[in-house]
Amino acid sequence: MDEIVKDFLIESAENLDRLDQDLVKLEGAPSSTELLARIFRTIHTIKGTCGFLAFARLEKLAHAGENLLSRLRDGELTLNAEITSGLLAMVDAVRSMLAKIEASGQDGDDDYAALIAHLTQLQSGRANLPPANVSPVDVAQNADAPASGGRNEEAVVAPQAAQPRDTDAAVETIRVGVNLLDRLMNLVGELVLARNQLLQFSNTTQDAGFQAVSQRMNLIATELQEEVMKTRMQPIGNVWNKFPRMVRDVALSCGKDVRLEMEGQDTELDRTIIEAIKDPLTHLVRNSVDHGIELPEARKQAGKEASGVLKLRAFHEGGQVNIEISDDGAGLNGERIRQKAIERGLVSAQQLARMSDRDIFNLIFLPGFSTAEKITNVSGRGVGMDVVKTNVEKIGGAVDIQSTVTKGTTVKIKIPLTLAIIPALMVTSGGERFAIPQVSLLELVRLEAGEGGKGIETVHGVPVHRLRGRLLPLVYLNRELRIEHAPVKDLGTDSPTNIVVVQADGREFGLVVDEITDTEEIVVKPMGKQLKGISAYSGATIMGDGRVALILDILGLAQRAQVISEARESALAEKEKAGKRDDSQMHRQTLLLVQCGDRGRMAIPLSQVARLEEFPASAIEMAGPQEVTQYRGRIMPLIRLSPALAATGMETAAAPPEDHLQVVVYSEAGRSVGLVVDRIVDIVDETLVVQNPAERRGVLGSSVIQKRVTDLLDVPSLVRDLIPGMAESRARV
Amino acid sequence: MGASQQFCTFFLDGHVFGTPVPKVQEVILHQEMTRVPLAPDVVRGLINLRGQIVSAIDLRRRLGLPERPKGQLPMNVVVRTDDGAVSLLVDEIGDVIEVEEEALERPPEILQGFPREVVSGVYKLSGRLLLALDIDRVVDLSDLKAPDGNREF
Repeated sequence: MDEIVKDFLIESAENLDRLDQDLVKLEGAPSSTELLARIFRTIHTIKGTCGFLAFARLEKLAHAGENLLSRLRDGELTLNAEITSGLLAMVDAVRSMLAKIEASGQDGDDDYAALIAHLTQLQSGRANLPPANVSPVDVAQNADAPASGGRNEEAVVAPQAAQPRDTDAAVETIRVGVNLLDRLMNLVGELVLARNQLLQFSNTTQDAGFQAVSQRMNLIATELQEEVMKTRMQPIGNVWNKFPRMVRDVALSCGKDVRLEMEGQDTELDRTIIEAIKDPLTHLVRNSVDHGIELPEARKQAGKEASGVLKLRAFHEGGQVNIEISDDGAGLNGERIRQKAIERGLVSAQQLARMSDRDIFNLIFLPGFSTAEKITNVSGRGVGMDVVKTNVEKIGGAVDIQSTVTKGTTVKIKIPLTLAIIPALMVTSGGERFAIPQVSLLELVRLEAGEGGKGIETVHGVPVHRLRGRLLPLVYLNRELRIEHAPVKDLGTDSPTNIVVVQADGREFGLVVDEITDTEEIVVKPMGKQLKGISAYSGATIMGDGRVALILDILGLAQRAQVISEARESALAEKEKAGKRDDSQMHRQTLLLVQCGDRGRMAIPLSQVARLEEFPASAIEMAGPQEVTQYRGRIMPLIRLSPALAATGMETAAAPPEDHLQVVVYSEAGRSVGLVVDRIVDIVDETLVVQNPAERRGVLGSSVIQKRVTDLLDVPSLVRDLIPGMAESRARV
Repeated sequence: MGASQQFCTFFLDGHVFGTPVPKVQEVILHQEMTRVPLAPDVVRGLINLRGQIVSAIDLRRRLGLPERPKGQLPMNVVVRTDDGAVSLLVDEIGDVIEVEEEALERPPEILQGFPREVVSGVYKLSGRLLLALDIDRVVDLSDLKAPDGNREF
């Protein structure tokens, strides 16, 4: 295709995008001469170029539009919704003709006679003047004056008919193909790798000259990388540009009145990411207008303004970009979501019962979910929200939804700035090196040799580490990837344990690795399709020594290890109560729930629990009448909770013959006592309202925990009661 | 005289295999590989081919041949595919030979033991047979057991 036609197509496409926006803006400010002039000029340029390039049909259409616009600009007509729609229809027609030109080099067979007639009718509708006969040249000059210094700062190799532009801007910018930028980025990626290799090598030599050169090289490469990265950055406004038009159209088609507010259009993102979030964002915006914001009457009834507000917000935070789409609509109907989720068999009733509102809302991201009462052509087809989530997660982002009934809904998206070069933490496991993207990283925890055993416990068979009072589920990387033949180091051995605390999907877990080496800028490279199916990796990279290392996909890994769902279980219980937190902030405690035979569930304040242990039944020995076990080189008396809590002196049946004992270790003044329970149930964060303080030994009273009446244990008094002198019992042995 | 085609040949467990020369990007000596845990076992690892990351498929495993004797380092035949370059690990590289189309025969029954779908034809050479591989099928592992499966290592 002719270079000149190509330029015309590129330029026109850009101008049309702006035109959409301008027309919608114009609807809000019908008398803005500046806007009108700009719109006029765009159409005029297209018309003029068409004439030159002999696209007669397109020229005719643009001419009809131009005439109408000139009447508006001269104040002979006032803009109304009908005219705006007519003009937008013209823009669409122009766009489709341009697409035809791009595909075939011809402007198609459709001459849009009806549309042209409509446009002509619109312009003569009120004032019956002959079609404007303003000379195009005059118009161009008139129109140009107020618009110079406008927003289009790109230099355009414009065909003859294009008007002179702001010359300063033209000198400072040139148009560069995206392919070229991509190639540059790849080359810089290679350079960064070579730099890493060079640095590694320079560390092994003593040559001061060489070291100086490689330092300099390092600085330049870093700077170059940053600058090249910037060339690929685009403001998110480029995606948002089409939203004003879309919101207008969707709102109109469902009889709603929606005002779009945008904040942070200048927030920049790598173009690959811009591409990737285009569709999810479009879907979310449509959804908000279609389902979020109510009809004007409904809004008035609810005491709100008739016109709804849809707000888009973008901002940088911690190396990530946050995008929020919020509406002031009806909010999500939690009840309906519950019903739908059950109807569609997405979750079980039990699961549902334990879910917090936030989790309920996030159900709409499940595949096959749609609460729309009626399916419109806009949204509600049950595809969409899950695709939104998948697409965002594919680029390393996360989606969250918050909603308040009658107040509105906010969808928050967090995405990385760029995908090409990312900072990562290098770790080793089973002799292999892996990269963990920094965005998923929270902190590093190292348990020294002796502490290894102390820091890791088992709850429901899941290894956990108690990090500042919270339980962090652990995933052993070598086990998960099955990369060690030798039995994996067991819990609590002598070597130190390295835990990389990461988060995926808003949940945290600890990844246990052999060694943590360094952080490094890595270049993400795709893997062949033979390996695409493995969810544990997001790609591969080349290290300073030239070898390949795999990049871990933390989300995929978490799903493989099912640690997210495990964590979710306990987090849910915690969150369920978070809603009630406002009622009473006091007496909030973390409790360990245990099952003790016929006494049912008991709660022990976690602060009184030193450790959770499991002993084989064979480890129990007798010291006089007292059951004991050897624990950390000492003798620890054991109390079987269930008989101990029964009325004093009453004999209970012998302990059930179990292979393993679940023991809650309580320590006081350096001495430990083991409380034998049937099962560790859960750990919950609970506001304690102790009712009917009991007279019973060892029980403080009862409280409702997880909707069940649960006895609260008074461990210190129980222990004092049952083991009169721990020192004494030890001496006896 | 009939049409002829050039084949790049290589050896696997004593058999001669070949692929049309245009399919082959390059042949390189043994490279250090990075294992990919959880991958299908025909994928021996990833190699760094001048900054490009390439999967290495062990042709012996792919064709169901016995494992390469310990200590014998494979060579890489890097082939072009729709999905970029892929390296095929072979025992040894042979000559580039010209074969006449007339020498082509359908894969016969003697192929028992190989996955036949990856062999596109058999050429009769003087004294031996050349098995022509269908590279696109060789690198397509989607029929193999799911890589994420619960295979024990």
